Amino acid sequence: MSRARPGGGPHTDAEAIHTASSAGRLSGSRLTLGYQRVTVTRDLDVHIPDGSFTVLVGANGCGKSTLLRALARALEPQGGAVFLDGAALSSLPAKQVARQLGLLPQGPVAPDGITVADLVARGRYPHQRMLRQWSKADDTAVAEAMAATHVEELADRYVDELSGGQRQRVWLALALAQQTSIMLLDEPTTFLDIAHQVDVLDLCAELHLGGRTLVAVLHDLNLACRYATHLIAMADGAIVAQGAPTDIVDAALVEQVFGLSCRIIADPESGTPLVVPTRRKALGADPPVLQVPAAT
Amino acid sequence: MSADLLRPPPASPAGPTRPAGGRGYLVVGGSRANLRVHRRSAIVGVLLLVALVVTAAVSMITGDFPITLDRVLATLAGNGDSGEDFIVWSLRMPRLLLAVLIGAALAVAGGLFQSLTRNPLGSPDVIGFQAGSATGALLVILVWHGSSGQVSLGAIVGGLVTAALIYLLAMKGGLHGFRLILVGIGMAAMLTAANDYLITRAKLIEAQDAAVWLTGSLNAAAWDQVLPLVLVVVALFPFALWAARDLRMLELGDDLAGTLGVAGPRTRTVTMVVAVGLAAAATAAAGPVVFVALAAPQIARRLVGVPGPSVLPAALTGAVLVAASDIVAQRIVSEPLPVGVVTGVVGGIYLAWLLGRAWQRGTA
Repeated sequence: MSRARPGGGPHTDAEAIHTASSAGRLSGSRLTLGYQRVTVTRDLDVHIPDGSFTVLVGANGCGKSTLLRALARALEPQGGAVFLDGAALSSLPAKQVARQLGLLPQGPVAPDGITVADLVARGRYPHQRMLRQWSKADDTAVAEAMAATHVEELADRYVDELSGGQRQRVWLALALAQQTSIMLLDEPTTFLDIAHQVDVLDLCAELHLGGRTLVAVLHDLNLACRYATHLIAMADGAIVAQGAPTDIVDAALVEQVFGLSCRIIADPESGTPLVVPTRRKALGADPPVLQVPAAT
Repeated sequence: MSADLLRPPPASPAGPTRPAGGRGYLVVGGSRANLRVHRRSAIVGVLLLVALVVTAAVSMITGDFPITLDRVLATLAGNGDSGEDFIVWSLRMPRLLLAVLIGAALAVAGGLFQSLTRNPLGSPDVIGFQAGSATGALLVILVWHGSSGQVSLGAIVGGLVTAALIYLLAMKGGLHGFRLILVGIGMAAMLTAANDYLITRAKLIEAQDAAVWLTGSLNAAAWDQVLPLVLVVVALFPFALWAARDLRMLELGDDLAGTLGVAGPRTRTVTMVVAVGLAAAATAAAGPVVFVALAAPQIARRLVGVPGPSVLPAALTGAVLVAASDIVAQRIVSEPLPVGVVTGVVGGIYLAWLLGRAWQRGTA
């Protein structure tokens, strides 16, 4: 798969320091990120463990999507650098990066009147050239991506006419067709109902089991705890905790990250941490209690 | 589903069978060098080519002095008498070629801009480039009383200056389609006002010349206008084809296209230069022939049924549109009309239909 030349090009000091200090293929060092005059994060170091399903969580505006976009090279850092296999991302040819690292942006918009098969095929762009526009590998990759996301039957449908859940699977198929070993997903479950959220995350978990490194931004902390192998919690543009969800998620962390007081119990299904917000006194002491029918 | 399916597979070696290209596509060429062709676009392209040949034949044989098809062919082969030679080579051929080239150039310029701005209204005639070319030409006609060559030059300079101005005004933290259109429409309004002012200040005869130029006319078509346009079109078309491939990807949004390896800023710059060049050269050759840049790429898009700019189908659609409009303009009344009148009518009908359909869909 990898066509990257390992260690090609001259090494700078920053790269040397970087390679010494990290194990993962993808990392960010002293990242200062922002938009024009707004700085979102400053001097942030982040490492994505290889083969992990890393999930970034945090309150709205904490910088998690900004960080993901920087890791995907969709946002140029104002300071610091993102490293892929020891080389600064900005120093690598765009297509070479695109064969290693894929992004599913937040709320992607399909061109008008595009079919599912056509959209998925566009994920093959980094493997193609102006005068070699299609190969056997492209055929295989598109077919496999559509099979893995169960969208084969939708191949000839227009993307505009699909439901939200179907559409998200099609976008995942596009990212899959790109055949990158690292996939970055920016809120892949937004606007989906709970069943489709689980559907998409199950699919992500399958992709992770297949050997890919996944990095996702998720809003739902409970789902994040259930699916992530590595959780990165952010607040105010800084990483406040990272590690396995079971190791790091406690009431104090949720209070710090979301400003929410809660109790943490074990998810009865998976044993992972489950956040139960505490009831505020102002809402009254005795809400209706769910009546569980007695067993007869 | 097996776990194997989900693992990033190794780059598979070229199999014994040829690449298929996916649904609705053909792969032309071998496994080392090939083009992926949309099947319906290819069929539409061939049909448009046939339509263009028929249109060309009609424009060559009809007119005040009808010439039969076999005499036209004989003349083209070099066996015509002096009268036929004059009519075919000096009158009809340059006129036809000019119509074809202008149509193709405007359609491609329009298609590129519509894709760049992600808006069917983002074509050079709507966002002021053609008005800018007109201002340049009018200044040469009315103020400096220049020759027809100088008028063309004025049109090109006017178009380029306008494009640069719009670009600078619309550029703020990156190029955004909608702002480009709004700035362009404002610019077009101001330039049109300036053009009207220039005409009211002019002497009657000059004003008439200017008005004909402003409508876009092929009535004075000659080889002098054809040759520069051929050079521009031949030089810029490969870049248009190259840019179209990346523009199609940019329609997925900058973030996604970027992470798929598309160099967005470079593509946009090339697109701007190519589209402005084509539009300015076409306008310089025969004045602002309206609605072609707006309508032709959209008609082509509906014919081929794929999103993104389809350069060759759009070029052929534009060529047929202008060549056919010019036949109508020449033959419908005894005194030849400027071709821009006909394309304006055709384009107006098309635009009304487009808006009507959008309105219907919006209220359905």
